Amino acid sequence: MQSNESILKVRDLKINFKTYAGTVQAIRDVSFDLKKGETLAIVGESGSGKTVTTRSIMGLLANNASVAGGSIMFHDKDILKMSQKELQGLRGAQIAQIFQDPMTSLDPTMKIGRQIAEPLMVHKNMSKSKALAQALEMMKLVGITDAEHRINDYPHQFSGGMRQRIVIAIALINYPEILIADEPTTALDVTIQAQILNLMRELQEKISTSIIFITHDLGVVAGMADRVAVMYAGKIVEYGTVDEIFYNPKHPYTWGLLSSMPTLDTNGAELPSIEGTPPDLLDPPVGDAFAPRNEYALNIDTEQEPPFFKVSDTHYAATWLLHPDAPKVTPPEQIIARQQQYAKMQQELAEQAREHHVEEEEEQP
Amino acid sequence: MAKYLGKRIFYLLLTLFIVITITFFLMKLLPGTPLTNEQKLSPEQRELILKQYGLTKPVWQQYLIYVAGIFHGNFGTSFQFSDQAVSYLISSRIGPSLLLGLQAMIVGVIPGILFGALGAIKKNTWVDTGTTIVSILGISIPSFVLAVLLQYYVGLKLGWFPIADWGGFAYTVLPTLALAASPFADTARFIRTEMVDVLNSDYIELATAKGLSRMQVIFHHALRNSLIPVVTIIGPLAVNIMTGSMVIENIFSVPGIGEQFVKSILTNDYPTIMAVTIVYSVMLMVVLLITDIIYGVIDPRIRLTGKSN
Repeated sequence: MQSNESILKVRDLKINFKTYAGTVQAIRDVSFDLKKGETLAIVGESGSGKTVTTRSIMGLLANNASVAGGSIMFHDKDILKMSQKELQGLRGAQIAQIFQDPMTSLDPTMKIGRQIAEPLMVHKNMSKSKALAQALEMMKLVGITDAEHRINDYPHQFSGGMRQRIVIAIALINYPEILIADEPTTALDVTIQAQILNLMRELQEKISTSIIFITHDLGVVAGMADRVAVMYAGKIVEYGTVDEIFYNPKHPYTWGLLSSMPTLDTNGAELPSIEGTPPDLLDPPVGDAFAPRNEYALNIDTEQEPPFFKVSDTHYAATWLLHPDAPKVTPPEQIIARQQQYAKMQQELAEQAREHHVEEEEEQP
Repeated sequence: MAKYLGKRIFYLLLTLFIVITITFFLMKLLPGTPLTNEQKLSPEQRELILKQYGLTKPVWQQYLIYVAGIFHGNFGTSFQFSDQAVSYLISSRIGPSLLLGLQAMIVGVIPGILFGALGAIKKNTWVDTGTTIVSILGISIPSFVLAVLLQYYVGLKLGWFPIADWGGFAYTVLPTLALAASPFADTARFIRTEMVDVLNSDYIELATAKGLSRMQVIFHHALRNSLIPVVTIIGPLAVNIMTGSMVIENIFSVPGIGEQFVKSILTNDYPTIMAVTIVYSVMLMVVLLITDIIYGVIDPRIRLTGKSN
């Protein structure tokens, strides 16, 4: 399903917001690729720029936002340079979005069938009856029971989980190449969360779309994502495959995030938290923005911004700790445990691969 | 639906009965008598006339006689226009009032909606400022001042429409405009506030994310949702127009019930006061009933149960 072809290339994206207090540098040099068929999770705390990044991909930036630089290439066309008309053609057709709160993201006065059918009518000039027939199929696909009758119902007649299924149906009705899911389960009960995540995985298989998954919930990331990018203060600080980020994190911020997440081994003990607050992006700090909250900060962190250091072909982290001249530091206990587990996993995988290899050889006469 | 309507009409009649009772006793507290040349009458003559109209009986008896009359469709005879049945007076005069009220409602509310929507769509631009200023003026200028201004500038100076009196459509233009100003301004202000909220809502963002153009988003999603609160102010707007019409009909010499109401109060014409009060109450309650029904049509969340089985 996954391939190495990048369908979306974000390069050096810079986005500023004009406010009464001054210019807020919300996105500061963000670059990433989205590969065909993969799920990329973007994690980070509130205000780290996750949502602004995705809004710029949809061309839905607020009026006071301005793009200060960079490009978002989608099929060799820069989304940032598209006209309103071109953006309208893109939204809901090739790039679709699922929003955070299903209770407020549906029009309360329109029948849901029509709401699901609308993107078809807009993008494919389909007649209403034909579009509604497809909407009905989509409702069945996202698991709405008794869809034939419920197609004429209004949003208030559905529960939160059902409404999120409808929002997903709206997003997927045109089989988009990219689906942006901005905290799609944050507003839902935990049991419903799991159902919605399963549904998204299932549908991704069926219609082979790439997903950008925005969340601050690392537990959700583990089950959903192929790759993870960690954002802090308008920058990506570390990215890699989901195993690399979870079991071999290199950036102290990622350490903090992972340590503050409850695991099966957490029993009653207080969870560690990252002390302090994110920097004011009206006046971003010189050097590493995380330095003031970082107990492993080096002197250079307050003077010069760390570049990305390569950990593996897929894993990069922006921290001076990876510089060859940096002193060796001991990560938090939990992280060491994770790294050990990772090493064991790698070893097992290698052994399995070897056994597999041996078996295959034996089968050949 | 039939059950709901039946219930509403029952309450409507009950309310009407209470209104009649309260008005009747309040009216009796008005100073003076219906007699025109009271000083010149001898006490015997005075007594005789009052007796002829049944005004010498105790007030509670007069009340019972009046209510009994209503049940027989008898609203009494007018004091000012001797021997004219009040029901005839009203039915011959309600036409102009209804016409003016209806025209004022349409001329006020529909452009008000468009005007307010325009302000919201062009929020924080000179268009928004302009529409806001116009609606503030509309709210703050009393209708009788506007009426006189219209008479002077549009009627007298420009000579486009007749200044007063009643004849064809041309005669309705100025009073309609004078009456429509306040509902227009109220609607515009309401729609603007509501639409600004709606345009910031999540479902508008989702509609935009579907690839709808700005106009499609506004006409398919924003407008209908912004209209819901406007329906609720239609009742108060109707009251506004009714009370406004009493003054406006006088200024433009429109032979309507508003003008008659004022006259009847000045002359203590008891049967006419009562009858016009009843007509106004019924009109207002019917407007409220209609807005409740419209409310259900526009907003599916409060649609009457039983329909969705």
